[in-house]
Amino acid sequence: MATATNSPETKGRAASAGRPVPPGPWRDRLHRLDLKASPFLYIAPFFVLFAAFGLFPLAFTAWVSMHDWSLLSDEQVFVGADNYTALLTDPYFWNALGNTVSILALSTVPQLLAALLLAHLLTMRLRGQTFFRMGMLLPNVASVVAVAVIFSQLFGRDFGLINWVLESLGAGRIDWQTGRASSHAAIAVMVAWKWTGYNTLIYLAAMQAVPKDVYEAAHLDGASRLQQLFRITVPMIRPTIVFTVIVSTIYGLQIFAEPQLFGGAGPNGVTGGASRQFQTLTLYLYEHAFNRGFQFGYASAVAWTMFAVIVLIALLNYLFIRRIRSDS
Amino acid sequence: MTTAPTTRRPAASSTKGRPPAAVSARKQRAHRRLMQQRPGRLAYLTLVAVLFFSGFPLYYSFVVASRDNSALAQVPPPVLPGANLVENVERVFTTVPFDAALINSALVSVTVTVSVVFFSTLAGFAFAKLRFTASKALLVAVIATMMVPVQLGVIPLYMLMIEMRWTDTLWAVIAPGLVNAFGVFFMTQYLRGALPGELIEAARADGASTFRIFWQVVLPVARPAAVVLGVLTFLNAWNDYFWPLIVLSSPDRYTVQVALSTLAGGYVTDQSLVLTGTMLATLPLLAVFALLGKYMISGIMQGAVKG
Repeated sequence: MATATNSPETKGRAASAGRPVPPGPWRDRLHRLDLKASPFLYIAPFFVLFAAFGLFPLAFTAWVSMHDWSLLSDEQVFVGADNYTALLTDPYFWNALGNTVSILALSTVPQLLAALLLAHLLTMRLRGQTFFRMGMLLPNVASVVAVAVIFSQLFGRDFGLINWVLESLGAGRIDWQTGRASSHAAIAVMVAWKWTGYNTLIYLAAMQAVPKDVYEAAHLDGASRLQQLFRITVPMIRPTIVFTVIVSTIYGLQIFAEPQLFGGAGPNGVTGGASRQFQTLTLYLYEHAFNRGFQFGYASAVAWTMFAVIVLIALLNYLFIRRIRSDS
Repeated sequence: MTTAPTTRRPAASSTKGRPPAAVSARKQRAHRRLMQQRPGRLAYLTLVAVLFFSGFPLYYSFVVASRDNSALAQVPPPVLPGANLVENVERVFTTVPFDAALINSALVSVTVTVSVVFFSTLAGFAFAKLRFTASKALLVAVIATMMVPVQLGVIPLYMLMIEMRWTDTLWAVIAPGLVNAFGVFFMTQYLRGALPGELIEAARADGASTFRIFWQVVLPVARPAAVVLGVLTFLNAWNDYFWPLIVLSSPDRYTVQVALSTLAGGYVTDQSLVLTGTMLATLPLLAVFALLGKYMISGIMQGAVKG
């Protein structure tokens, strides 16, 4: 950038503007300082604030997790891996992990498949393209709290609309909240409802970036639209699919509001139902950190374990999807 | 819709012996036909069904919000709005300080949005157009942080807020939201393409300082992307729940989402009341969506292609 003033073109422009840069050592030094320091000054707010309120807390969690650390006492005793041992021997932790993975799978897999198909439909020349896109994104505007509240009503045992529909179709009523599988399904529906349209738009954008002549060739070879989707589109937008799978996984593993409010806030919400049938990892963390004696040390061990699980699953996803590529 | 499916005849046979120019014209036509492929009835039917399921839960929450609780026990359940809306809205405001909650959420969301857009544009400008040591590595660091689940740091974050005596204040909610990695990445990508380097060089030649260039050249160019980022950030801030729930403890400090969850958490669930609250919390967003939804769509789609 400093060499910019040497090019004849810009020099001429400066002269014609009638305001040549006045020379002088002081001015020069200021100018050089501006060039050197400005970029760092501009990116500093992000890095400083992110370090203070994002990275530092996350890293410090590891330190807290090695202590018997409670808000209620001033002393923090170093306990090494004790919190982790306690955690790994707590059946409720494994229960929460199992629930979380189950809800994650139930919500993510159908959701992303549906998003792929819907995006495929949207690549066609439709009337009311904008209307359909807006309509699909609508659920994403509602907050997780709103979604959880609305669907808790719809999935209600006695007066829920879904049970009424099931009954009038001849199927029996389901006590959605009590069963493990049924509660997971209900929560997965909440997640999928909010995020399917969002992922559809992401896929649509990626599909529009695929060169058209590839399809043309396939079309001339007589490939059907569905074949085109799975043989051409999916392999070509693989990076986007990896991205959505990883983002959905990170989001899904931290799911909190949906199960909490499905259980009716209160104590039943924090434990994820009377027999913890839908308590997720974040609920488990919340229960120990903020609901039961502020056991910060123990809850930090939960958080750090979750972090490890998230990294692990994201990595597995990545490797798995990369394998599909090398197979095909 | 301009071409009917009947035009989809085998094109390969009709090209033999034509000059190259005609071939390319044919190719273009085939191309256009392919891309303009008319979706069948099934496609429309599927999409309409999806729209129905997208909209119905929101509509139904309005139905419940406009009825009294006894109506919900009817068989079949009501599917049309009733006449109790005003009464239910009044009950929401007397049960929880919902007006305070709306104001709190507005304060938090506006502050966070302004801050995120400003700092993201500033950093995006630096990453996109200024040369400095380790800029590539630093940008990679930004992108890497997009994947970091910072929510898992809540416990030390809470301790930090206690240290700063910020618990139960809106500052505690605002501070962690002031910047985010997605915003920086998004603005970097946008400015890289939208901001001509000559514009900056010309301004420099005129003796403008870097900040003056930012203010007078970069900001106007960044406006379309800033709107997109602003809408997305506003929605996220308005809908945030986990952290405000932890750090706010007095009802008059609650944000809308936390207030809503206390409505839902009563021992006897008053569905009409809860869903009226939900509707009140969602209406501002629906308004934003109606006005700026197309920016949101373009933001999500831009982020996808470049991300």
